[in-house]
Amino acid sequence: MGARLPQAGGGAGEAIKDDSQLRQKRMLEEYARTLASATRAGGKCVYTFVPGNLTELVRSFGLHLVLPEINALQSAMRGKSRGYIAVAEKLGHSEDVCTYVKCDLGMMKSGNIGPTGEPVPKPDLLLLSYTGCFTFMKWFEILREEYGCPVVMLHVPYQGDGKITESMRRYVVDQLRGEVIPALERISGRAYDEASLSERLARSARAEEDLVWVLESAKRRPSPIDAYFGGVYYIGPIFTAFRGTEEAVDYYAALRSEVAERLAAGKGPVTPDGEMARERFRIVVEGPPNWTSFRQFWKMFSDEGAVVVASTYTKVGGVYDEGFRHDPDRPLESLAEYCMGCYTNINLPGRVEMLSRYVTDYAADGLLVNSIKSCNSFSAGQLMILREVERRTGKPAGFIESDLVDPRYFSASNIKNRLESYFQMIEQKRAGRPA
Amino acid sequence: MSGALALAARAEGIYRDYRLSEVRAWKERTSGLAVGYMPIYAPRELLHAQGVLPVGLMGGGDDLEIIRGDAYYQSYICHIPRSTIELGLNGCLDPLDGILFPAICDVIRNLSGMWKLQFPGKLVRYLDVPQNFTPEIGGRFYRHELEEISSEIHARGARPYDAEALRESLAIYNENRRLVADLYDLRREQPWKVPTAELYAILRAGLVLPVDELSSMLRDYAQAVLADPARRPMDQARVVLTGSFCEQPPLGLIKTLERSGCYIVDDDFVQVHRFIQGDVALDGDPMESLVRAFLTQAVESPTRYCPGAGAFDPSRAARGGELVDRVGASRAEGVIFCAPSFCDPALLDQPMAVKAVERAGIPWTAFKYSENTGQFQVIREQAGTFADSIKLWTGA
Repeated sequence: MGARLPQAGGGAGEAIKDDSQLRQKRMLEEYARTLASATRAGGKCVYTFVPGNLTELVRSFGLHLVLPEINALQSAMRGKSRGYIAVAEKLGHSEDVCTYVKCDLGMMKSGNIGPTGEPVPKPDLLLLSYTGCFTFMKWFEILREEYGCPVVMLHVPYQGDGKITESMRRYVVDQLRGEVIPALERISGRAYDEASLSERLARSARAEEDLVWVLESAKRRPSPIDAYFGGVYYIGPIFTAFRGTEEAVDYYAALRSEVAERLAAGKGPVTPDGEMARERFRIVVEGPPNWTSFRQFWKMFSDEGAVVVASTYTKVGGVYDEGFRHDPDRPLESLAEYCMGCYTNINLPGRVEMLSRYVTDYAADGLLVNSIKSCNSFSAGQLMILREVERRTGKPAGFIESDLVDPRYFSASNIKNRLESYFQMIEQKRAGRPA
Repeated sequence: MSGALALAARAEGIYRDYRLSEVRAWKERTSGLAVGYMPIYAPRELLHAQGVLPVGLMGGGDDLEIIRGDAYYQSYICHIPRSTIELGLNGCLDPLDGILFPAICDVIRNLSGMWKLQFPGKLVRYLDVPQNFTPEIGGRFYRHELEEISSEIHARGARPYDAEALRESLAIYNENRRLVADLYDLRREQPWKVPTAELYAILRAGLVLPVDELSSMLRDYAQAVLADPARRPMDQARVVLTGSFCEQPPLGLIKTLERSGCYIVDDDFVQVHRFIQGDVALDGDPMESLVRAFLTQAVESPTRYCPGAGAFDPSRAARGGELVDRVGASRAEGVIFCAPSFCDPALLDQPMAVKAVERAGIPWTAFKYSENTGQFQVIREQAGTFADSIKLWTGA
């Protein structure tokens, strides 16, 4: 069952959404309303980032979470990012740097009204979870100067050698104990309650189990989901403020049922333009999506019968399909391992291995890289990733370029041309002809 | 040619020799290992103590034609990784037994993984320096990183770790840092004696020379410039240049700034020589001293977390505070923000530093470059106008 909704993000007409998408949308909107009213009533607010977020820990102190990346991408989907970026660039922020940062700063300078129309509360604390992205550090240094509020840094070491060592784990746990928890105690006025944290982590693990089942349903033919465009809706609750809540557990259980029904009925994914009739191409995608023309971008795939069966972007907030689950019996160690395991914290050889495995395990026709201009964490090295995955799997790889939230870097005709050529190449390869 | 000029010319020849002839010769003489490191900081003392030659890598400048390197990077990524890859692929870096990639930004971080894939036989180590500066937390983690590096180079044939050898190396590098600091002091006091283009060439050469040879060169150069009566003051504007800590501008750009009427009296070029401020303690456990120096004696860098104002301790300075202090200490009249295109650390930091500089009433200008920038006319006009405006209007 689905519904038609007006859809921004570069689309025309009404978009079809399935029940889980509608539910996810309601959850996020309700959260924005609750956030605004709770902080007006004296509740305290913590800003943090999606990769390496410590949602369960923060909420165990009764604190509210704001994720500036989510605000930025939602601003882009509602057509507001162009103006916000212009505001930031007029203030001296370089055209060369991350557009999430500029969009967030521009929104703040424009009155800090969030994408849902609710005012975004000021931070009482910036929780700088420095995971897999250098820009995060500068972003919160900039916000600190704007808001004049405290920051607590959690430095998450990178998996430079492709593994998590005991020294790395201890470093993160020591920071949690010695820096992060005391800061949260000071802001909230509450003592750290490990039992409450463990309960939340147990709920996280249940939701994660269902999310993985949903993502892995794409191994079936036809895939009942699109694991990139649809996937960003599926990860919404668990990557934002809901991980560890009953709402998230319920959402993922319902999502699993919905996808199970589609699977049993042999149906393909629901796209904004309706149910995909025929699955012609199965693609693995590396890199974040473009948010300013999200629907148009998706349509370029769905019009060709291309389904994304696995994506790395849906792993930036946690790589659960590799087996990680939050562990209530080792709460802080488990949070440390979660942070270090996020996708952009994995070294390039690890990313190549993961993508090659996706191509094989999901019986994909190839790999497509969407290279994002303002995200060096993802983009630096992607041309090498592309060649390595192609070499290891024998499947053709394609390359397109766009940006996160800057509409100036979304060239629809150029991307469409490249995608069409790429799909043609896959067909030729299937037919045994040289591409 | 004066002695100073001859030394600077020799230094320029050494640093522009991207085939690393000095390193090759050193290896032939000693049969030791040579390990490269990317900007901006590496624990050179530890490598030195185990008989390894540390070799600083700063890209290919404007000397290198990028043929294959561009196939590895999109147009919106800075230039240094593509020239570094080019140097690796064309065999220039063959004498290196490995490379350390310090945590500085996502591009250099990811380059470490690319190196692992491209050069599987070499030592490739991502050096994750701590952003937590508490000795019991960040210090312990960093010590472990150093101990792993020590074990890895030993496994490849370096001498085993020895505390006394490290203590001796700390002393040797302390002396080297003092010599560099002395030259920076001399330039600050008499910038006409120490043109930045010359100082820069010597510091660059010092990346590939053994530390004792660099120390000799620094001494000889200081003596030569002090003895040179032809170096007389000119009416130039005193500026601090900032933003050039990783990818370096071409030497021509530095000369252009000086010719346009600027005395560069402080900068962040080739920062590894000055990243640690002052001496590393020689008493106690030398490994711990190296760790503590990183935690407590490092320069403020855009790549290093700045606890800053607004933290629980509001007395701490905000971003840009150290830059303002350096302007004061060097009696500079202006700041030039000179950052590489697409350099996240420098460009994300810049608006905060600009605010601090403006709050302090210091004139500033800004431009971007890449290491192979070849046209300097626009920069010359901009810097010249800036210098003129300082001379004409400061204090008016």
